[in-house]
Amino acid sequence: MLLLTCPHCGVTAEETEFAPGGQAHLRRAGPGASDEEFEAYMFLRDNPAGPHLERWRHAYGCGKWFLAARCTVTLRVLGTYPAQTAAPPDDIRRAIAGGQA
Amino acid sequence: MRKHHSAIALLREALSGHTGWPRAWASPLPRDRYRVIVVGAGGHGLATAYYLGRNHGITDVAVLEKGWLGGGNTGRNTTIIRSNYLQDPSAAIYEKSRELYEGLSQDLNYNVMFSPRGVMMLAQTEHEVRGYLRTERANYLQGVETRFISPAEVKKRVPIIRLDGPRYPVLGALWQARAGTARHDAVAWGYARACSAMGMHIIENCAVTGVRSEAGQVTGVETTRGPIGCDRLAIVVAGHSGRLAEMAGFRLPVESVALQALVSEPIKPCMDVVVMANTVHGYLSQSDKGEMVIGGGADGFNNYTQRGSWHHIEETVRALVETFPMLSRLKMLRQWGGIVDMTGDRSPIISPTPLGGCYINCGWGTGGFKAIPGSGWATAEMIAGDTPGPLAAPFGLDRFREGRFIDESVAAGVAH
Repeated sequence: MLLLTCPHCGVTAEETEFAPGGQAHLRRAGPGASDEEFEAYMFLRDNPAGPHLERWRHAYGCGKWFLAARCTVTLRVLGTYPAQTAAPPDDIRRAIAGGQA
Repeated sequence: MRKHHSAIALLREALSGHTGWPRAWASPLPRDRYRVIVVGAGGHGLATAYYLGRNHGITDVAVLEKGWLGGGNTGRNTTIIRSNYLQDPSAAIYEKSRELYEGLSQDLNYNVMFSPRGVMMLAQTEHEVRGYLRTERANYLQGVETRFISPAEVKKRVPIIRLDGPRYPVLGALWQARAGTARHDAVAWGYARACSAMGMHIIENCAVTGVRSEAGQVTGVETTRGPIGCDRLAIVVAGHSGRLAEMAGFRLPVESVALQALVSEPIKPCMDVVVMANTVHGYLSQSDKGEMVIGGGADGFNNYTQRGSWHHIEETVRALVETFPMLSRLKMLRQWGGIVDMTGDRSPIISPTPLGGCYINCGWGTGGFKAIPGSGWATAEMIAGDTPGPLAAPFGLDRFREGRFIDESVAAGVAH
């Protein structure tokens, strides 16, 4: 059972209180995008065996979306951070680097 | 080394203490080069190799397996075989597969224990009733024999069922009489034995660590047992497809999640069909040993753990106890998980890849076991002809870019 901390309300709870939302930091292709770019946005996903950046929603809590770094092999949650970021913050990057070492 | 299996052979061995049975498949050292390398000695990989030899005369083939043969999803599924899908391309390949299962024991000279006991998919909401009526009509047009049956017929076929459950009463069911189960390990072992008899190399404990290419054309693989060259490469590794694709330099529209199953203690025969309850997320059959084989839900997030989240077991068992109250006293013996490769439209990928000479067969998600023979048939045809044949063509990687989805989210919406 995963334990996640919601960065909005600060609650730490089991995964049944949250809803997973897939890969984080996807960037929607613009109106002039090629078919390939739109395909990548819509369908192609990183599917790593290791640290994965992903979206979660505190569905049975404050209801807010947030992002998490989690290892898909050990299921260790390496950290959570607000969804209003274009890239993982430094402390999450460090946790990922530390988790891999 | 292969010994023909027959009643006379069995009798002869019975008289001599069963000491004369040879190994079912050889364990050779890898050569420097093969015409075709198949990565993954699960059902789909072995079937691909088998039909390359049987249908196309290509026997210079190696099947590489990082663990032991059939130890991935082939040994972890709930062995259900059915072909009652909605879309025409799905019906074609799943029905081909079901037909091949009917003759597979004779074809391989190996008893895969195919048991066409019938599969019943319960309709427990009005939406499901309408969905299955639509599937029934689609199946009729596709030549797949299915029938929507009444609650009374459900009860007649499955006496242990409770029709008026507290949340979801049984309103009918989609019934495929010629669907059923088979012995999953025997399917892998039978294909492996037949491949080995054709002179193919099955190399276990040999993990692929890299893909070699020259000028956009595959030339071989790096493995934990050294580099091996090839003209054609087939990646048939289910949940680990993303990792192999990364080695070969392309991305896939696939995410890997854990799907769980569990079995009960063995009990006397009480149910002789397969029952799937998709609304409440649980499906059930009784094995020849008497265990109730139970399949449940998949995790919602990517992972490679081969065990799955604990609360999904509770959801599955809760659903089953509602529909089958007598199961509430059963002890569960084992629980396990497999890593399934999910695509956006819940249909598989059988396709050439951006790397020349490299083909991929993946994306079977939660329902690959039923498709093993048809999938191997279609993949072998694609490799031998260097272009997808009629069975494989609709399942290309390009369908996502082109919007040609084969939407099976209803037929495959629940894990099965």
